[in-house]
Amino acid sequence: MLVTLLSRAIRIAAAFLYGSTGETIIEKSGHLNLGIPGIMCFGAVGGCIGADMAQKGGAGAFGIIVATIFFAMLFAGAMGLLYGFFTISLRCNQNVTGLTITTFGAGVLGFWRKNLLNIVVSDEGTITFKAASDFIKAPMFGAVGDDWFSKIFLSHGTLVYLAIIIAIVVAIVLKKTRTGLSLNAIGENPAAADAAGIKVIKYKYISCVLGAAIAGIGGAFCLLDLQSGSTEYPIEAIGWLAVALVIFSLWRPGIGILGSFVFGLLYVMPNYINGIGTEYKKILEIIPYAVTALVLIVISFFNKRETQPPTALGVPYFREDR
Amino acid sequence: MKAIELVGITKTFGSIHANQDINLDVEKGEILSLLGENGSGKTTLMNMLSGIYFPDAGHIFVDGKEVLIKSPIDAFKNRIGMVHQHFKLVDIFTAADNIILGEKMPPFSIREKSQELRLQAANEISALGENLDEEAKKKAISKINNKRNLKICALPFVKFGKAVAFNYLPRTRAKRLQAIADQYGFDIDLKKKVYEMSVSEKQTVEIIKVLYRGADKLILDEPTAVLTPQEIQKLFAVMRKMRESGKSIIIITHKLNEVMEISDRVAVLRKGKYIGTVKTSETSEKELTEMMVGEKVDLNIARELPIDPQPRLVVEGLTVRNKDGLHAIEDVSFTVNGGEIFGVAGIAGNGQKELLEGIAGLQPVESGSIIFYNPKENKPVTFFHNDLKQIKKKAEMGMFHYPDGTPVDLKGKSAKEITRLVNEEQILYYENEVIDLNKRTPREIQELGIKLSFVPEDRLHMGLVGNMSIIDNMMLRSYRKGKSIFVNRKKPKALADKIIDDLGVVTPSDMTPVRRLSGGNVQKVLVGREISSSPKVLMSAYPVRGLDVNSSYLIYNLLNEQKARNTAVVYVGEDLDVLIALCDRIMVLCGGKVSAIVDARNVTKEQLGLLMTKMPETVERYDYNVAPQQEETKEEEKNND
Amino acid sequence: MINNKIHEPLFHLTKRTTGGSKRAWALRAIAFAVSVLVCGIVTIIIVAVNNEQLSQAGRYFEEYSFEQYFLDFGEGVFGSPRTIWNLFQETAILLIIALAVTPCFKMKFWNIGGEGQVLMGGLGAAIVIRFMMGKGYSDGLIIFLSLLLAIGLGVAWAVVPALFKAKWNTNETLLTLMMNYIAVCLVSFFVAKNPTAGSNTIFFDKGGTIPPIGPQEFVGKEFVLFIIAAAVITTIMAIYLKYSKHGYEVAVVGESPNTAKYVGINTKAVIIRTLVLCGVLCGITGFLLVSAKDFSLREDTVGGRGFTGVLISWLGQFNPIFMVVTSFLVVFIQRGSAKVATYQAFGTSYPSVMAGIFFFFIIAVEFFVNYKFVFREDIQAKIDAFNEKVKLTLSKNKKVEEAPPVVHIQAGEEQKEEPAQDVVEEPASVEESVKEEK
Repeated sequence: MLVTLLSRAIRIAAAFLYGSTGETIIEKSGHLNLGIPGIMCFGAVGGCIGADMAQKGGAGAFGIIVATIFFAMLFAGAMGLLYGFFTISLRCNQNVTGLTITTFGAGVLGFWRKNLLNIVVSDEGTITFKAASDFIKAPMFGAVGDDWFSKIFLSHGTLVYLAIIIAIVVAIVLKKTRTGLSLNAIGENPAAADAAGIKVIKYKYISCVLGAAIAGIGGAFCLLDLQSGSTEYPIEAIGWLAVALVIFSLWRPGIGILGSFVFGLLYVMPNYINGIGTEYKKILEIIPYAVTALVLIVISFFNKRETQPPTALGVPYFREDR
Repeated sequence: MKAIELVGITKTFGSIHANQDINLDVEKGEILSLLGENGSGKTTLMNMLSGIYFPDAGHIFVDGKEVLIKSPIDAFKNRIGMVHQHFKLVDIFTAADNIILGEKMPPFSIREKSQELRLQAANEISALGENLDEEAKKKAISKINNKRNLKICALPFVKFGKAVAFNYLPRTRAKRLQAIADQYGFDIDLKKKVYEMSVSEKQTVEIIKVLYRGADKLILDEPTAVLTPQEIQKLFAVMRKMRESGKSIIIITHKLNEVMEISDRVAVLRKGKYIGTVKTSETSEKELTEMMVGEKVDLNIARELPIDPQPRLVVEGLTVRNKDGLHAIEDVSFTVNGGEIFGVAGIAGNGQKELLEGIAGLQPVESGSIIFYNPKENKPVTFFHNDLKQIKKKAEMGMFHYPDGTPVDLKGKSAKEITRLVNEEQILYYENEVIDLNKRTPREIQELGIKLSFVPEDRLHMGLVGNMSIIDNMMLRSYRKGKSIFVNRKKPKALADKIIDDLGVVTPSDMTPVRRLSGGNVQKVLVGREISSSPKVLMSAYPVRGLDVNSSYLIYNLLNEQKARNTAVVYVGEDLDVLIALCDRIMVLCGGKVSAIVDARNVTKEQLGLLMTKMPETVERYDYNVAPQQEETKEEEKNND
Repeated sequence: MINNKIHEPLFHLTKRTTGGSKRAWALRAIAFAVSVLVCGIVTIIIVAVNNEQLSQAGRYFEEYSFEQYFLDFGEGVFGSPRTIWNLFQETAILLIIALAVTPCFKMKFWNIGGEGQVLMGGLGAAIVIRFMMGKGYSDGLIIFLSLLLAIGLGVAWAVVPALFKAKWNTNETLLTLMMNYIAVCLVSFFVAKNPTAGSNTIFFDKGGTIPPIGPQEFVGKEFVLFIIAAAVITTIMAIYLKYSKHGYEVAVVGESPNTAKYVGINTKAVIIRTLVLCGVLCGITGFLLVSAKDFSLREDTVGGRGFTGVLISWLGQFNPIFMVVTSFLVVFIQRGSAKVATYQAFGTSYPSVMAGIFFFFIIAVEFFVNYKFVFREDIQAKIDAFNEKVKLTLSKNKKVEEAPPVVHIQAGEEQKEEPAQDVVEEPASVEESVKEEK
């Protein structure tokens, strides 16, 4: 019981982690992308198309996983590029652009689910990506023992471990490398970064696209792993929680790994608590959001510089026109 | 060979010539001062060296070669580094991180590296002592060779490792950078976060940053403006050390004593034009001042003698700190009289802004008093500033009299009756109201009739709302009047139209957003509004900045009108000719302290120039300002008689 | 000697300071037309591609032509009196929400919590109806109390972020976002606690809810109420923003916090007051949704309208009158494409896709409204020469009606197609391109 709870929590945590790692990269460049839920939807579409194509092409498990990731990143990255183009080059309002992308992305996922699925799956009846999903869900370490440790930590699909690896890599890059230093500087004080010879616009574009691409893998993971290839359920809710997780983790992907686990636990816990009515389970669902709101208030109360959102978050930057 | 040479540099912004045909050169290992009044184009010129602006015409030579500087990166490549007046640092980074920010590691060639290793090994072998016996020698040589071979074998891996390592932030970065800091004698903790730093520390970080990026030509834009005297001495020591190591430095400053102290040569700009370069050892402060301020220009501004000047605003020992916690204004005392124009001279940034904002209640005052003598003598009391209760209380204190001179006693009178008396202006004040402005809110101060029209560099930053129409901007001060929940645009519209007519504001209509007007017209709107409210004290800073000649005269006339209305006018200006021609008395500020308060009718431009550029401690007492303020006022009164 | 001009970038951007609103509105109208056109093209391409792909698989979409698309679209919008009324009702709902958040945006307070604030209003109404209905209270009392509680909860949800913003400068965008989801969870808790007819929705009998008003031939159509409410609120809000002292203060605080300080406006009080107003309007909307439209409460009673309201407010330049137009256009697209979706069995998500496309166009056009390209002299000369040529050819073809303002439209349209990097100044590539020209 506890073992399945923890195991399930870790799996869901991976979805949050992808989204929040991606959003963290974007926010570090000073852009608040509220389009993450939509971008994850795009990633889901791309991932499913990729997985299906690879499967039809007779690829093995590895090929399917690679195709899923590649196409998820491609689709989501394209949306990231669109977001970047609107907010960086066309200087549009970030919130407005983000919300539009969310509307658009969720719409596209729903529309595709209803109609275009036919393009990629030709068999009759209800259409799922069950077959591809089985490859994605297959435990990365093969058959493992029946002990609690294996069940909790070793029984997941490749994408779960990839999420953690990506988060760690991003955390290291942000904290320990010059690239990360530059990105941080752009989010904090783009004028200073510009004066130091950093190509601000280039960095912003790259982080918007890369962040979106990473979040996109999360979308594909939601559909192909969490929902076992069924396309019935929307995934925006997970996207919004991922945005919340960025705040909860204080813009640090390293903390995000723990944070995503906490969120995952809170997310699945209501299903594993016996003896209370469904209505109270709904109340429990508030906790992740409430905690995030609280974190937001507390960090603003203490006003410690290191825990604040990037100073230039949401503030457009243009070098002065001559 | 010259480190930097500028030939015929010209830059225009719109119709304004910021720089006109400027020639300038700096030798290696030399400190050049760039001297000039505000708006003489010093910073613009330097920004063209650091890649912020691109010249319209002219040529830049660096180390004898002509170069193009299109961006800060180009400036780095030419080893030019500029320390801007407003620091460009990331607050939450440590000093060390700020210094290495944006640095790119150079790639290296394996062949060169392996040759270097071979050479190193050969040197080590040849360095082996003669007195070693053969066996030991052989052993040592093979050891060195083995080590060399191992290193060469590892090179591809090292390169790969390095490629990562280049991007990797070394943990000991602060320690490594400390070496540079120590070399020039900077006293700084590189692990400290920038937001915890003082201004001088931040400046140090900027200088180290520039040095670290390999600059050997440094431009310092008014580095001393934000420093204490001790810190300035430290900075100068560092600058001398840099000169010794062959670096060229251009320092922009206004302070003549510093120019004389630190620089080898001085280049002077005036109104965008190049005046000349002189050797510091062969010049004097007097000569420099003359170069800087130029010939006296006769402006023909009408100036009447003040009529019945009574103290209106008395400031005693005022001290105000700026945002960085430094004393922007220190122990400043002066009196402004009604019916006179009180000039404030000084290089921009010497506390003028803080002084005015301190009086207007926009900046917290650390110490000192600001007393306002509200000219109420024989004027009727109104409900504008007093409610019924206050009027009763004041009447009890015996502050009022009737028009026939008998004291007012309101005891036993009904509220209705009192209201009638007040509205019929039957209750008059005996004497001026004495009000301490300290600790009053900006709104209260404004409503007392103390108006501040401050024209900052960014005119729309404060005082006007760019996206609002001229009419809406007119009512910024007055919209609260009346009990209606709606704003009344009738009066503001009339006012806007009047200002447009009177001041000749060029605008499509009175509904045009202020943002769309040209700078001069924006200024007219702002000044016009402040004056229209018939203030008792009018503080106006740089009201003619950026205006053409005719508009400037319009403003002068307006100020003179106010003077005739017995308003106390405080005029903060930068053009010395205007100050001398327009004002009655001039207070000179330097470093936030009063250098002197002089009679504008018999002071020369050079005298003012010297006062502006010398810290008060070093000011010799000139003859013309021995007379203390009160005496001066008396003199003026006598004149009036 | 070096020719300096070579190294100037091809063009740079400057903010338009002059130029009439005529041009702006023309551009916006073009953007709208283009977006509808693009929606059509996308739809037809999808159908065509699908049919191609499915030539063996059995399932076909029907052949679809442009005319048919626009006919279906038009039918969705203006098909029958009923659809027209629905169009207006939906417009009214979106408009009220957009109006509610507008003062916040004018103040640069990024309240994206309209969704949650409306939902809490709905919850407030639902609570009163649920616990007082059928217990002998008069309908009037129930309606009054439910409106009161709706407003109360709406205000509560709006004022919390305002308080924290005023007190500690808490990031309002993120906080209002979180509060949206807390509201959703609270509603689903309430619904789950009081289940009626199905698990996700709480239904009400008509008692205690607002009786239908409107032309008798449309009995049970409550849209008139919405339209009246929207008309009243729009008028009030337009007057409030433009003519009231509060509205004036809001504008000053939003445009220039420094000036606000300079003239002695209490910024914190203004923030809180404005958000209270926003909460009141959101509460009313929630109340109307629950007790005059849906007669039920679900998690998605608001259904994303809170976010759409944000977009409408922004696209309408925070001007209530413009917002009437933008909200109408948004609903126009949604309704029209909903009809297309029904006919083509596209499903319920199709309208959001089309709305997304529409939004993208409308957002992007603001850039061309606000900025202009200033070309380097030689490039500008070429453009002028090109324009001359065009004019010449036009005049040769005897189409000399009036010289069209070719320059601006040319400049604008051309750039629209350019990839992102070109808008950014990139001296290096420019240098090359110029060399190539030579």
